[in-house]
Parts: sequence; C-alpha cells; structure tokens
Amino acid sequence: MPQIAQLLETYQSQIFWLLVFFGLTFFVVGRGMVPKVMDTVAQRDKQIADDLAAAEAARAKADEEEEAWRVRENENRANAQALIAQAKTEAAAKSEKKISAAQKRLDTKLAKAEAEIEEAFKSALAEVEDVAVDAAQDIVQRLAGVTVTKPVAKSAVKEAMANG
Amino acid sequence: MSADVAAEPAKVDPMYQFTIKPLAEWEMAGIDISFTNSAAWMMITTIVLFLFVLGGMKRELVPGRWQMAVESFTGFIDDMLEANIGKEGRKYVPYVFSLFMFILFANLLGLLPLGVVGIHPFTFTSHFTVTGVLALLSFSIVLVVGFWKHGFKFFTLFVPHGTPVAMIVPIALIEFISFMIRPFSLALRLFVAMMAGHVLLEVLSSFVIDGTNAGPLWGGVVGLPSFLLMIGICALEILVAGIQAYVFALLTSLYINDAEHLH
Repeated sequence: MPQIAQLLETYQSQIFWLLVFFGLTFFVVGRGMVPKVMDTVAQRDKQIADDLAAAEAARAKADEEEEAWRVRENENRANAQALIAQAKTEAAAKSEKKISAAQKRLDTKLAKAEAEIEEAFKSALAEVEDVAVDAAQDIVQRLAGVTVTKPVAKSAVKEAMANG
Repeated sequence: MSADVAAEPAKVDPMYQFTIKPLAEWEMAGIDISFTNSAAWMMITTIVLFLFVLGGMKRELVPGRWQMAVESFTGFIDDMLEANIGKEGRKYVPYVFSLFMFILFANLLGLLPLGVVGIHPFTFTSHFTVTGVLALLSFSIVLVVGFWKHGFKFFTLFVPHGTPVAMIVPIALIEFISFMIRPFSLALRLFVAMMAGHVLLEVLSSFVIDGTNAGPLWGGVVGLPSFLLMIGICALEILVAGIQAYVFALLTSLYINDAEHLH
C-alpha cells in the first residue's frame, strides 16, 4: 500500500503541494471568483424580482384603471338609461296629452253635433206641430164649420201627438 | 505490497496506481518539496477548476450553459450552507466551495481513462496524507470559529441540553471523543472510498486482460462479465466521486454549524 509504504518519504511534498494548490484554489477561485459569480446571481435575482414587482405594479394599475373605467362606464350607462327613461316618459306624457286633447275636441264636436241634431229634431217637431195645428183648424172649419181657436187646436194636437 | 511487486512480470498490482513518483526532486529549507505525479494532478485539478469557474465569470444577465453550470455549483454550496448554518453560513461559501470543487474535480479527473493515451491519472484524494490535511483544515476552522465566537463556552458543545447532572461527565467524555474523531472519519471516508473504487476497477480490468489472454473460453466466462461489471462500476465510481465530495462538504458545513451555534 503505497499510501503507507511511501508515507515517510512523501508526506512533506504531499502536504506542501496540497497547501500550495488548495491555497491557490481557495484564494483565487474561492475568495476571488466565487463571490463575483454569486454577485452576478444575486444581481440577476434582484433584477428579476424588480421586474416582477414592476410588472405587478403595472398590473395593479391596469386593474385600477379598468375598475375606474368600469365605474365610469356604468355611470354613463346609467345616465343614458335614465335619459332614455325620461325621454320615454316625456314622450308618453306628450302623446297622452295630445290624445286627450284630440279626444276632447272630438267629444265637443260630437256633443255639438248631437245638440244640433236635437235642435233640428225639436224645430222639425215644432214645425210639424204648427202644421198639424193649422191643418186641424182647417179640417175642423171645413167639416164642422166651427172656428176653433188656435190655442185649443194646439192643445188638442199636443194631446194627440203625446198619445201617438 | 509495494511498488516492487509490480515489477514482477505478468502480475497486476492493483495498488501500484497509488505509487507516488517524483517528477522533479526539490528541497526547500530542509523540507522535501519534490514535484511528484500527485502534485502534478493537484496542479491540473487547480487549473481545470480555475478554468471551469473562469468560464462562469462572464457575468451575463442571461447566463449561457457554462455560466449556468458554475452558478448552479455556487448556488448548490450556498443553499447547503444556508440550510445547515443559516445566514452566517454565507461567509463560508468560498472555503466550502473550494473544498467541494477541489475534491470533486480531483476525484473525477482521477477517473479519466487517460491511460489509453499514456497519461496515467493520479487520484490524490486516495492518499490519506491529502485527505487528512483537508480534514484537519476543516477541523481547525471549526475549532477557530468555535473558540473565537464562544470562547470557553465552546466546551458546552460536549454537554447537550437537558443532560442529567449525574450524566454530565460520561456524556461529555463520549461527546468529546466523537468530536475528536471527526477529522479522522472525514479523512478516512474519502480516502477509503476513492482507493476502494480504484482498486476494484484495477482488479476487474486485470480479470478482463488475464481472462482474455487465457483464451476465448476464459475470456467469455471471466473476461466479458468482468468487463460488463466494470462498465457499471465506472458509472458507480463517478457517482461516488460526487457523493464523497458532497459528504465532505456537507459534514464540514455541519461541523461549522456546531461551532457557530453550539447546540
């Protein structure tokens, strides 16, 4: 086993060169280079974290803006809805007024026409009465030779017409 | 069992691969600092690891594959320390990262089949001198951090909360022994795992070669199954290379947690 057989003749150079080369490794690689490598990693991690935070903030802002937009949009929509509803009610009221006015006009026209008809009917009836009174006087004169006064004839006619 | 055995012909010594061969004999202040094959592979490991991490230093916002790979390793160590130690674990990332990657690259580079082109990888993590030094480093960090942060209160580590008064002494003794065993278990675990895997591969490959040389019958009965088994063991060894590096780093971070937070 050379590790033991050669121990006495080689241990000094083994230890010496190990300390030299491990020392070099430690001071040059371990102390000199590794911190820089780790620094790079840390820097990258920091940058990634920063970027993520910025992205997160941007997203939050976008969300906020969207929310504000939505609120505004909803408001606008509500306003529009209210406007439409108002216009609708106004239009409805207006048309109702118009309709009622027209109705009124029609009603008065109708009432007038009815009154006219009534009057015409009445006057026609009165004329018929007059004619009937004259006729009744005439008929009585001719047939009985009696002169009947107009009021008498009139009351007789009235009675007859009321019965008839 | 030493290098002499391998010199005999037609015999494969599975331990020969762990032999340290000096490439240049140097000495400094009475210390032998010969540049060996082991040192050479430590150097290669350091260079490969350096180049690997260098590829991840482009510092791009959108990482390429290489940068991604390096960052996933640092992130892995960072997460492990964060999970085991907490926020204070951050400052140990350079050490634990170096430890984990150094062991991982050493294990993986030692597994490379470069022998086919004449370069023989040397797995220096299969030497307990190396793993021992790494384990002692981790252990010293635990001690230094523990005493630095808590002073003599660090000794309360050996007395868990709610220990009955009568049991304090035996429990403290047991805790102290288990604490002192830590560097050995750290070092031995890695060294044994790496050595066992390499020996197994070497033995199986000797079965393949010797079986095939003995003729088609033995080649079919011994060589082929051994070869198929070797493929599986190779995959397993890659897994073990990662797991052992992970275990070393994980246990180090757990021990540092003890030092940071006591119990």
